[in-house]
Amino acid sequence: MTTAQATDTVDQQADFDAVVSAEGRIEPRDWMPDAYRATLVRQIAQHAHSEIIGMQPEANWITRAPSLRRKAILMAKVQDEAGHGLYLYGAAETLDVDRGELLDKLHAGRQRYSSIFNYPTLTWADVGAIGWLVDGAAITNQVPLCRCSYGPYARAMVRICKEESFHQRQGYELLHALSHGTPAQHAMAQDAVDRWWWPSLMMFGPPDDESSHSEQSMAWRIKRHSNDELRQRFVDICVPQAESLGLALPDPDLRWNEERGTHDFGEIDWSEFQQVLRGNGPCNEQRLDQRRTAHENGAWVREAAAAHAAKHSARTSDDAVSGTATGEGAMAG
Amino acid sequence: MFLTGRAADAAVALGDDALVLSHRLGEWAGHAPMLEEEVALANIALDLLGQARFLYSLAGDEDELAYLREERAFRNAQLVERPNGDFASTIARQLYFSSYQELLYTELASAEGELAPLAAKAVKEVAYHRDHAVQWTLRLGDGTAESSRRMQAALTDLWRYTGELFDPVEGLPVDTAALREPWLASVSAVVRQATLTLPDGPDRSGWTAGGGRHGIHTEAFGRMIAEMQHLHRAHPGATW
Repeated sequence: MTTAQATDTVDQQADFDAVVSAEGRIEPRDWMPDAYRATLVRQIAQHAHSEIIGMQPEANWITRAPSLRRKAILMAKVQDEAGHGLYLYGAAETLDVDRGELLDKLHAGRQRYSSIFNYPTLTWADVGAIGWLVDGAAITNQVPLCRCSYGPYARAMVRICKEESFHQRQGYELLHALSHGTPAQHAMAQDAVDRWWWPSLMMFGPPDDESSHSEQSMAWRIKRHSNDELRQRFVDICVPQAESLGLALPDPDLRWNEERGTHDFGEIDWSEFQQVLRGNGPCNEQRLDQRRTAHENGAWVREAAAAHAAKHSARTSDDAVSGTATGEGAMAG
Repeated sequence: MFLTGRAADAAVALGDDALVLSHRLGEWAGHAPMLEEEVALANIALDLLGQARFLYSLAGDEDELAYLREERAFRNAQLVERPNGDFASTIARQLYFSSYQELLYTELASAEGELAPLAAKAVKEVAYHRDHAVQWTLRLGDGTAESSRRMQAALTDLWRYTGELFDPVEGLPVDTAALREPWLASVSAVVRQATLTLPDGPDRSGWTAGGGRHGIHTEAFGRMIAEMQHLHRAHPGATW
C-alpha cells in the first residue's frame, strides 16, 4: 500500500465512523470496512435463509387448514415469507454477493438459518404458536434493525416488520379461537405453547457474556440491544398476552419482580440450543433436504428460463422485432 | 340471500373448480423452482381461493361446502384435481384451465345473472393467471431440450382432461360447448409459438369422460380431499 492509499483509507474510515456515529446511513456505493461488509452479508443471508426455510413448517399445514378463511390467511403468510426472502436476498446483493451463491452456501450447510425452524409443526395449533411466539420474537429482534446503519437492510426491515406484526396478530387470534373453543382445541393450543415457548426464548441467541458478534455489531449500529435485553423485553410482552389467551407459559419460575420492574424467568436449557445449532434438532436434515431437493428439481426450469431469455434477446437484437420481454434473466439465479 | 336450485349448483361447480385448483397450487409452497414462483403460484392459489369462497357464499356455508361434502358431491372438472407433477405439468394444467376460465368468466360477466359481478372481477385475475401460464409455456417450450421435452409431455398427458371443460354445467347461463373453438384457437397459438404441438389423441379420458361435473373423479382426488378435510371433520361443530 502506498502512503497516498493509506491516507485514503484512513480518511474513508473516518468518514464511515462519522456517518455511523451520527446515525446516518451507509449506502451500497459508500466505502465500508471489509469486516462490516462481511458481517452484514452473514447476517442478511442468515435472515433471508430463515425466511425461506421458515416457509416449510407452516406450509406443512396449508393443505390441512381447518377452514377456508384460515387456509387463505396461512397461504398469504407463507407467500409473504417468500417475499421477505426476495427483499433480503436483494439487500444482500447490494453488497456484491449473489443469491445463487448464498443459496449454494445454505445448501452446503456453510451459512445458517434460524434454529427455531428445526422444530416440527405437529398440530394445527403450532401454526398459531409460530405466529404469536416465533414471529413475536422475530419482531422484537427486528424492530431495532429498522434503524440499522446499512440503508438497504434498514429499509427492507421496515417493510418486513409491518408484515410480521400482522402475522403475529393472526397467530394470536388463531390461538385465541382455539383456547376459547372446545376442550380438545384448548388442549391443542396449550400443548403447542408448551412446545414453542422455550425454543422462542432461544431465538435471541446465547446469553450476553457468551455472544461472539455482539460488541462490534453494536459499535457499527447494526445491533442496538443485547440478546438478554431483547429476551427480557419479549418475556414481558408475552406474559399479559398469555393471560388474555387463557394459556399458561410452561415456566414455574416465571413471576413479576417488583424491584426490577420486570419478570423473572427460569433457566434456559442451553444444551438443547447447542444441540439444535450443531444439526441435531428434530428437523435439521429434513428442512435442508427439502430445500436442496426443491432447488435441484427446479434447476431445469431455471436453465430453461435463462436459455429462453438468451435466445429471445439474441433474436431481438438480430432483427429488432419487439416481443414480450419478460425479464427471465433475473430468475435464473 | 342464497341462490337455490340449479343456479346454486352452478355456483358450487365453479367454486369447486377454483377450490380444488387452489389446493393443488398450495401444495407447491416450499417446493417451487425459484422464489419468484413461490410468490406467483401462491398468488394464483389465493385468487382462486377467493373466487371459491365467494361462489360458495352464494350457495351456503363455505366451510360446510368445502369440508363436509364427500368426493362424489364435488362438481369440479377432473383437470383441476390432477396431481401437480413436475413444474411443466403444473404449467400445462394452468394453461388449459386458465384459458378456459378466462373465456367462461368473460361470457358469464356479460350474461344476466347473479354470477356476473363475480365473473367481471375474477376475469381480471384470471387474465393474469393465463399470462403467467403462457409466459412459462413459451420459456419451457422454447428453452432447453429437456424443458421442451417435459413441456410437450405435460401438454400431451393432460390433453385427455380438456374435453370435459366444454360439457354443460347445470344452471350456468353460458353455452360452454361454444367456448371450445376460441379455447382451441388461443391454446394452439401459444403452443405453436412455444415450438410444441397439441396432441392428436382423444381429449377425453375413457369411460369417466365428462365425469367431474357429475361427481365422478379420479383416484387421486379422494386422497386430496381426505387430507383437506380430516382436521375439520375430526372436530365436529368446532369453530376455527
